[in-house]
Formats: sequence, C-alpha cells, structure tokens
Amino acid sequence: MNERYSRQQLFAPIGEEGQKKIREKHVVLIGAGALGTGNAEALVRAGIGKLTIIDRDYVEWSNLQRQQLYSEADAKERLPKAIAAKRRLEQINSEVEIEAIVGDAGPEELETIAVKQRPDLWIDATDNFDTRLVINDVAYKYNIPWIYGACVGSYGLSCAFIPNRTPCLYCLLETVPQGGLTCDTAGIISPAVQMVVSYQMAEALKILVEDWSALRGKLVSFDLWTNEYAAIRIDGVKKDGCPTCGRHPSYPFLSYEQRTKTAVLCGRDSVQIRPPARREYDLNEVAELFRRQGLQAEANPYLVSVSLGDKRLVVFRDGRALVHGTKDVQEAKAIYYRYLG
Amino acid sequence: MTLVINGETVAVPDEVKTVGDLLAHFRLENKLCIVEVNVRIIQKHEYGTTALCDGDRVEIVHFVGGG
Repeated sequence: MNERYSRQQLFAPIGEEGQKKIREKHVVLIGAGALGTGNAEALVRAGIGKLTIIDRDYVEWSNLQRQQLYSEADAKERLPKAIAAKRRLEQINSEVEIEAIVGDAGPEELETIAVKQRPDLWIDATDNFDTRLVINDVAYKYNIPWIYGACVGSYGLSCAFIPNRTPCLYCLLETVPQGGLTCDTAGIISPAVQMVVSYQMAEALKILVEDWSALRGKLVSFDLWTNEYAAIRIDGVKKDGCPTCGRHPSYPFLSYEQRTKTAVLCGRDSVQIRPPARREYDLNEVAELFRRQGLQAEANPYLVSVSLGDKRLVVFRDGRALVHGTKDVQEAKAIYYRYLG
Repeated sequence: MTLVINGETVAVPDEVKTVGDLLAHFRLENKLCIVEVNVRIIQKHEYGTTALCDGDRVEIVHFVGGG
C-alpha cells in the first residue's frame, strides 16, 4: 500500500480498488480561480492520473485572499494562473501529470480536448454562464460528467450533471441567463469557496471511483452567514425537447455563432478580446512596439502588460488581450486595434 | 401564512398567495431561481398560478455565476 493514499484507501467506499481507479482518471478543470485552485489541490492530493487546467487570466493581489495555490511572488510576476497552479501542484504531488493551458475555454478548445483526450470528468470553476453552457453541451455530446459550482459572498451552490443519468444545466435554467444578471461584485469569503469545493470534490470522488449510486442527485445551496441550506432533487426537470440532453440534441452552445470573440469579465471591470485567428505573438516584439510609442510595458514569458492612463492592456502569447478599466466592449476593441490592429 | 422555506419556518404576509408573489416578496423575481414546493419543482410559467398553502415546504435555490 502506498502510504501516501493510505487514509483515503482506509475509507471503505474508496478502498484499494477505488484508489486504482482514481489513479487512472483524467480530470479537466475549467478555471483556476478560487474554486479552481481548491479543486485542483484536492484532486492532486487524492492522486488522480492527470489534471488539465485551463485558465485565461493571471494572478493578481486581490486573488491571494482565497485562491489557495498562489503566492505573492506569482502576483508580482503576473504569472498566468494555469502556470502558477501547475508549479505549485507539482510540488504537492509529483506523481500527477499536470497540463496547463493558458487560454480561453471556448467550444473549439473543449471539443478538441473531449475528442483527443477523452477525459473522465469536467469540473466547472468558471465565473460565467456562457462558459458553463458550453461545458454542458460538450459534456452531454461526448458523454462525460461535469460538476457545476459557483459562489458569491457567503453563498454557494453545486450540482453534478451526468449524461444518461441526470437532466442537464439547460433543463434547470430553461432560459439562458442574461449578461450581468449573475455578475456579482458582492465580494466573497473563503469558507464559501471551500464549501463549494467540498461539494464538488465529494461528487468528483464518487464519479472517479464509479460509485454512481452514492451521487447526491440534488442541486444544493447554502449560505454560511445566514445559516441557510437548501437542496432540490433534479431528476424531475428533464425535458424531452432540451437542445442539450433531449431526444434530438443540437448542442446550440457549440455552434459557430456562439464562439464569442469578446467577453466582459465578471466583476473585474475588464473586457477580453480574442483575435479571429489563433496566432503566436513574439512578446518581446510586442513589448518593444509599446516602448517605441513611449509606453511603459512589462513582460514575462507569457504576457505583456502596458499602462494606458486609467486603462491597462494585457496581451497574451496567443493574441488574446485583456483591457482593464472598462466594461465597454466597443471601447476595449478600439484600444485593442489602436495598438495591435 | 406560515411556510417552511429551506428548512426554516417563516411567516409571510397575506399578500403572498403564489410562488410568483413569494419570489417578489424576497426580491428574487429577477434572479435565476429553481423553486420546489412539497418536493415538486415548479416550472417558470407556473409561478403565477401555483398557489401556496399554510405549511407548504418550499425550497428555493438561486443561481450565481462567481467562482
């Protein structure tokens, strides 16, 4: 018995057999913020075979209060979260293969992973419903379970969606959430994060050891400040006409029209812009370009950051850019094309 | 009327007669919610017509985006 996992193996529903199964599994984690870092650490300590982490952002000081894998050095360097997470996770458990993807989790990217790597589970640690509905479509199209989690303030909720066993997120939502509706700026306390991580991780372990009958089957929510708890059994909401899990699915969130090129980042006062074609930028050249225009540009191997008065433009190697200091997509595009057009 | 909402006994004003009224009372009408009454999930188009009775067990979960 590997001592490392002895306590987990002593837990009867997992046992030695379960531990072997966990070791063979590949989990894809979408987002490496608060929920992402919590889930990542738990999965890696539990001894999964491979973890893929996708995140489009970099570490900032405001992350350190709750995003448990990051340090001050990561924030100073503005390291991409996927990279900083991979470094820390490899220190925690060198037996686990960690794949870090600095980029968007769009339909193309997730479908490519689904087809090429056939992962066993997706864990949602994103901050927006656009991406969640893409995950939902990919999960049901390729028959791979996914676990929703979200939190704000002292409130959080989670639900596991299992193709052929449970309804999907679209069935629950009925309508697509409008932008802004779920975009909260109410702050967050770390116990709310940890509670959602615990709900997600418990369902993840059940799925990884294939103990399907142990799954909760409920949408669960809690508020740790007002001391409330609610749980709703979801099996009754399955709809035959659902475009994701119904009889004739069309997976609408994977269609070309859904491949958004811009996104306002939740609670960040920032807009992301994706160039139409994927290309590799030479970041030294980009930094030089800014400097020639008399601008202050800072670079690391993954991104270039430049101050533009009350705005800041951050350019990643894949051509993606974040414009900080605005929620206006048109204004952000104007800034992007002025410098990178 | 007294309801059991998310496990807590709560007195609601007499104007609250339907699920729609209840959500408005808690200012949740514009939030993305799932509502269950006596272990049955209520569809959105039924909110205005689903009457609530004294002692009903209501579960309300609202969705948020952050993570």
